[in-house]
Amino acid sequence: MEKQTTLSAKQRLIRSSSKNPGETRGKILVSLCALIIIIATLSITLFLAIKGLQSFIVNGLNPLEFLFSSEWNPTSSDPQYGALPFILGSLAVTLLSALIAGPLGIGCAIFMTEISTSIGKKVLQPVIELLVGIPSVVYGFIGLTVLVPFIRNTFSGSATGFSLLTGTIVLSVMILPTVTTIATDAMSSLPNSLREGSLALGATRWQTIKKVLIPAALPSLMTAIVLGMARAFGEALAVQMVIGNVRDLPGSLLDPSATLTTIITLNMGYTTYGSVDNNTLWSMGLILLIISFIFILIIRYLSARRKI
Amino acid sequence: MQQQMVEKRNSIFDVVDLNLWYDDFHALKNINLEMNEKEVTAIIGPSGCGKSTFIKTMNLMIQMIPTVKMSGQINFEGSNIIEGKVDLVSLRKHVGMIFQKGNPFPQSIFDNIAYGPRIHGIKDKKKLNEIVESSLKDVALWDEVKDRLNSSAIGLSGGQQQRLCIARTLATKPEVILMDEPTSALDPISTLKIEELITELKSKYTIVIVTHNMQQAARISDKTAFFLNGEVIEYDQTDIIFSNPKDRRTEDYITGRFG
Repeated sequence: MEKQTTLSAKQRLIRSSSKNPGETRGKILVSLCALIIIIATLSITLFLAIKGLQSFIVNGLNPLEFLFSSEWNPTSSDPQYGALPFILGSLAVTLLSALIAGPLGIGCAIFMTEISTSIGKKVLQPVIELLVGIPSVVYGFIGLTVLVPFIRNTFSGSATGFSLLTGTIVLSVMILPTVTTIATDAMSSLPNSLREGSLALGATRWQTIKKVLIPAALPSLMTAIVLGMARAFGEALAVQMVIGNVRDLPGSLLDPSATLTTIITLNMGYTTYGSVDNNTLWSMGLILLIISFIFILIIRYLSARRKI
Repeated sequence: MQQQMVEKRNSIFDVVDLNLWYDDFHALKNINLEMNEKEVTAIIGPSGCGKSTFIKTMNLMIQMIPTVKMSGQINFEGSNIIEGKVDLVSLRKHVGMIFQKGNPFPQSIFDNIAYGPRIHGIKDKKKLNEIVESSLKDVALWDEVKDRLNSSAIGLSGGQQQRLCIARTLATKPEVILMDEPTSALDPISTLKIEELITELKSKYTIVIVTHNMQQAARISDKTAFFLNGEVIEYDQTDIIFSNPKDRRTEDYITGRFG
């Protein structure tokens, strides 16, 4: 203490600006972490891009045919590689499960934040955390054991029970926690002054929720849905177990179908590295990456529009 | 009898023996206050004395806190609002409230003002236009925002936001406006504008204002109530409170000896 007072202001300032070794070590450590992640991401993207483009560049497939033809016959004497059924299948299960899990998850979030915080905290929160913890193979197994026979016996249109609908339902349950958790954060981060302002004008609780809170949280609620969709889009295992994995375009919800991810997981063991078949799977992986990237762009756009 | 009739007509809020508890904490103790129509009543007192709690009982916003218990009477136009089932929609339509910080909804300026009338059932576009214009004119905001009614209210300055919130309350055509430290987050010029506004509004509305600022209470109010530790120490004409208080504690507070 006494020593410090003897130093002039200039000396003290110069002393404090000199770094101690811990400071530098910490900085290097975290910079290294950041660098590793950046390198890993870049190299995966680059690898996927190179491998994914090989089927077009090396094997000479027509990219337009790959994207827009619905004929998938890799084993015939005149092999055809049209991935449209799988692209559409992926988009269909993603959109349909978002359609189910979106309203359900947002409704759940509103219940937890606006209607009964105590039940929300004591019952719903643990339930949702539990749902997150269940591995996807278990979801698929339950879907296979319970849902597939149920669909088969309930709807005459479904001969096997393996269908787009079954996949959609399994995915909806799987993405529900994601949607609910983020939607709950969105709702509870709204300032209380909005609720007070609306109630003080004589609005009922429901009017407040519908006309003030939901519009105010809308960009974040949309983010919740899109993040759920991103998860649904990338899920392979559980979907593969219940969707039927056929190469035809589904005509209805009850028809079996396939997605990009399920075709990749099913076929990667049966193709040899470097073959056309194997390269087309990489192309599908590239499409998955590009569409996921689009999801991220949508989320960024929505976050930028956040009002509060 | 005749005299009582006349007095009854003037009184709009009559609080009798009001007690309020947060769990075990006795926050308001035997409050007795009577407020007259078209008067400005200021409520002053040190932090934690119960003045915000009190003003929130007058439109029952206090019921947002589940642990609150109340006893006594708050008679609004002759009927006790803390007894039985009260129509909160109707009560809050007639007793509006302004908060410490402007809290506009993240919507357009127009939609903010039209919110109250819309939830109370007015759909006619022309009528809504009239209400929005007259409410904004009443708070002297019309000229500042008339060209951007459709842009977001969040873009307004703090003082403008607070005046917008007053306009939003006026749009529901209340009789009483409760103000909970409405200028505590504003700069002196915005504060002055709000004070001028209050002086104008009192020809049409009854106003109850909680304030930390004793000069503000002295400038704008007709009557002042001094709260301390959940009790009303003194309630009288503002000029008497500030020039000739009867209670020693009131005098200590307004002369700045504590608080």
